[in-house]
Amino acid sequence: MSQPSTTPLLEIRDLHVRFAVRGGQVHAVRGLDLTVHRGEVAAVVGESGSGKSASMLAALGLLEVNAAAAGSVRLDGVELLRAAPSVLRGVRGGRIGMIFQDPMTSLNPVLEIRRQIAEAVITHQHVSPRQAEAKAVELLEMVSFPDAERRSRSYPHELSGGMRQRVMIAMALANDPDILIADEPTTALDVTVQAQILDLLRSLRQSRDLAIVLITHDLGVVAGLADTVHVMYAGRIAESGPVVDIFHRPQHPYTAGLLASLPRLDRPDTELTPIGGVPPRLYEEPAGCSFAPRCLYAVESCTQMEPILQRVNESLVACSVLPLATSTTEAAR
Amino acid sequence: MPLLLLGIVTIAFCISRLIPANPLVAIVGERSLNNAKVVAAAKTRWGLNGSLPEQYLVYIKNLLKGDLGTSFRTRQPVTHDLLHRLPATLELTAGALLIGGVGGVALGAYAASKKDKPADHISRGFSLLGSSLPVFWIGLVFLFVLYARLGWFPGPGRLPPRTKPPDDVTGFYTIDSLLDGNFTLFRQCLWRLVMPCFVLGWAYMGQLSRLVRAAMLDEINSDYVRTARAKGLAERLVIRRHVLRNAWLPTLTILGFSFAQLLTASVLTETIFQWNGIGSYAVQAANTLDFPAVNGVSLFAGLAFLLANLTTDVLYAVADPKIRLA
Amino acid sequence: MSLLSTEPRLNLDVLPRSSGTASPWKRATVIGGLIVAGFWFIVLFTVQWWAPYAPLEAVGKRLQGPSWHHLLGTDALSRDVFTRTLYGARQTLPVSLAVIVSAVTIGTTLGAAAGFIGGRVDSVVMRLVDITLAFPPIFLAMAVAAALGSGLRNAFFAMVIVWWPIYARLIRGQVQAVKHRDHIQAAVSIGATRWRILRKHVLPMSFTPALINATLDLGQVVILTATLSFLGLGAKPPSPEWGAMITEGAQFFYQWWIAVAPGVAILTVAMAFNFLGDGLRDALDVRAKR
Repeated sequence: MSQPSTTPLLEIRDLHVRFAVRGGQVHAVRGLDLTVHRGEVAAVVGESGSGKSASMLAALGLLEVNAAAAGSVRLDGVELLRAAPSVLRGVRGGRIGMIFQDPMTSLNPVLEIRRQIAEAVITHQHVSPRQAEAKAVELLEMVSFPDAERRSRSYPHELSGGMRQRVMIAMALANDPDILIADEPTTALDVTVQAQILDLLRSLRQSRDLAIVLITHDLGVVAGLADTVHVMYAGRIAESGPVVDIFHRPQHPYTAGLLASLPRLDRPDTELTPIGGVPPRLYEEPAGCSFAPRCLYAVESCTQMEPILQRVNESLVACSVLPLATSTTEAAR
Repeated sequence: MPLLLLGIVTIAFCISRLIPANPLVAIVGERSLNNAKVVAAAKTRWGLNGSLPEQYLVYIKNLLKGDLGTSFRTRQPVTHDLLHRLPATLELTAGALLIGGVGGVALGAYAASKKDKPADHISRGFSLLGSSLPVFWIGLVFLFVLYARLGWFPGPGRLPPRTKPPDDVTGFYTIDSLLDGNFTLFRQCLWRLVMPCFVLGWAYMGQLSRLVRAAMLDEINSDYVRTARAKGLAERLVIRRHVLRNAWLPTLTILGFSFAQLLTASVLTETIFQWNGIGSYAVQAANTLDFPAVNGVSLFAGLAFLLANLTTDVLYAVADPKIRLA
Repeated sequence: MSLLSTEPRLNLDVLPRSSGTASPWKRATVIGGLIVAGFWFIVLFTVQWWAPYAPLEAVGKRLQGPSWHHLLGTDALSRDVFTRTLYGARQTLPVSLAVIVSAVTIGTTLGAAAGFIGGRVDSVVMRLVDITLAFPPIFLAMAVAAALGSGLRNAFFAMVIVWWPIYARLIRGQVQAVKHRDHIQAAVSIGATRWRILRKHVLPMSFTPALINATLDLGQVVILTATLSFLGLGAKPPSPEWGAMITEGAQFFYQWWIAVAPGVAILTVAMAFNFLGDGLRDALDVRAKR
């Protein structure tokens, strides 16, 4: 396995995303800082509404028309947020591939999958349609799509969920991008199929030195694949760090709470300990730390000052009550 | 289906026999009504003998032979009249479908892309106008402005005044004049088609554009559109290859219905533009109580409508892969 | 990129307006519709007191263009076109309303019966509906009107025959959908009679779509009335019915005001009720709200 190199491939700084909705605005992403290196698998973890999908969509300019983004997203030093449409189109599918959660609705129902993959190829490479379709079949074989040649003429509704997701992966990797953004790629799939897709991602990552941004709310998925974990809460990073550190020595109370709430095979009789309370509604701009209301370690100052990201060992943590006593976090596990 | 056919046929029959006015008056004239022999002869000739059920059976029998009776007014077999006038109506309808279809899709797509902006409101207003005005009035206004006042278009009628029609091969003046090699006539006939086809197609265009707009707006927020953009596709291609290709499916559903409306409007358009089609035939028949003709036209209309609906079903099955492969 | 603005753009500083708020356009059209509809209703009932002339009298020179004396000119028989247009409302509107009300009543009754009772009744009614709807409306209306003779009353019958099946089908669908809902089963289980269930539960729920449809349809019926008159099958001259006026206007082609006035009248009525129906749909149809 190649070590992630040190030059950042994707750098997100102070990203803000706001949506206009009935009755006001939703501040979905509030100052996100995130870095992905070449060949690195970065997991972005959070509950629904934490802003993880929105931040990645913002990077590619794929947000809906009622959204506005501000801040900086740089790919190899090139600013994407203010890029010209033609530049963005070159990046999409070319240097950054993206796959989405529900492969059924994410594929055009009236086009054969071979054509949809070929379309990805033709958009970025100067090849004839015939060559593109041949390449499409190759790509399907690469993602272990059975009987690729014949079944490439199928329509999306004729395939199973796992097959469709493979098609999406093939499409996203058609032009050998540097990064693959996978937005909840396994959430809509059966557990066994999940494992297959994750295996596929793992092998692709190795064979192509691909960086992957894995957006998910499922920590189990993270453990098997990620190098780095970025935990998001209420539109910001709560904690970022190497996967081992996150899992064994979580620093942020939210991370600790997440891990503690996981059911565990090796302790079948213990009660599940969820995190009390509910995530904040993002209409409001809370003062201080957004996790404070639910935090077991919160103190007075937490509700007044927004915590900034601090370095703790290999991780970045946004908590004012650091360092947490090691014994406390271990007891929480 | 066959039941429906029978029903249509029966209804047509019932309507034509419901006429309280005595059709014999139109046939033999007032004075001869007292002459028993003339009346008897007329009755036999025109199938008015016997009780109603008997007449019905005769009617069905003739129908199966393709005989729709003879028109009181033209003294020709109704079938012959209808076939003779069919090409004119078809020319008109085809042109209207073309103009309305292309215009409707283009307008709808444009309105969808400029949603909520003035252009959107204007195009929706345009289609609203089309469905809030009687077709014949629109035709009159067009004739008045574009022909009488501005002289941009020729007046009503399939042919320029005092011109002979081309040799009758297909009945379509446009095709026939081409076959004759008469390019001037071809151009003139084609040009005379423009206004009536536009008038006829306007309401259809309005409906279609609204449907296309709604369908496109539906599709444009779909996930697969997002995927297409994520592949780096130019927006123009996204619209054409993905959005439109899915959006046009629902438009098929109004095809059958629109056809009925087109038939309806053709009656009026033909009257205004002095077009010798089935529509004007129907009007003349209704006004002169020519009930074999009324019957014949009603049957024709019902059957045409049935055919249109069948075609729509078939087209739908072909277009949607989910249905096609099921 | 010219025509297309569907591409998502990142408005970096200006937040675009939410698409969920009600458009001021919508409200304006509904209000406009109410005003116009109100105007015509007032005309319907009171025109005899304030119209400048009488609709059937010769009052000036024939075929004069619009002037101060005759706001919309005079026609071939020297009658004032403006007055006749106003009086035309008395011909077209009552008939159209009567058609809608009758069609809805008949259609609802038959449709509810078909949906609720089902079985043989349902088959018969639906066959009737299918057969009637198999004809393009104009041909059917023309045929019936021809059979019955001209005149607005016979046109009324022809139109009712053409229009009722739509509502029968609509109500039948509604009734069938509601019939299977749980609270109906509950009512049945406590012994409520079918009639009571129909009256108190099923019909009120089915009523809204019929109302919306009827309002939207009114404009179409007005147009159909005018059409039949235009073809010589409805009202006949000297009646100031709008369609009949347009027929006269077609004959005197260059005196455009004779045909334009009634056409504009039809337009205003049709659009007004279209807007009203739309507004009604937005207000009442909860399911349509997203």
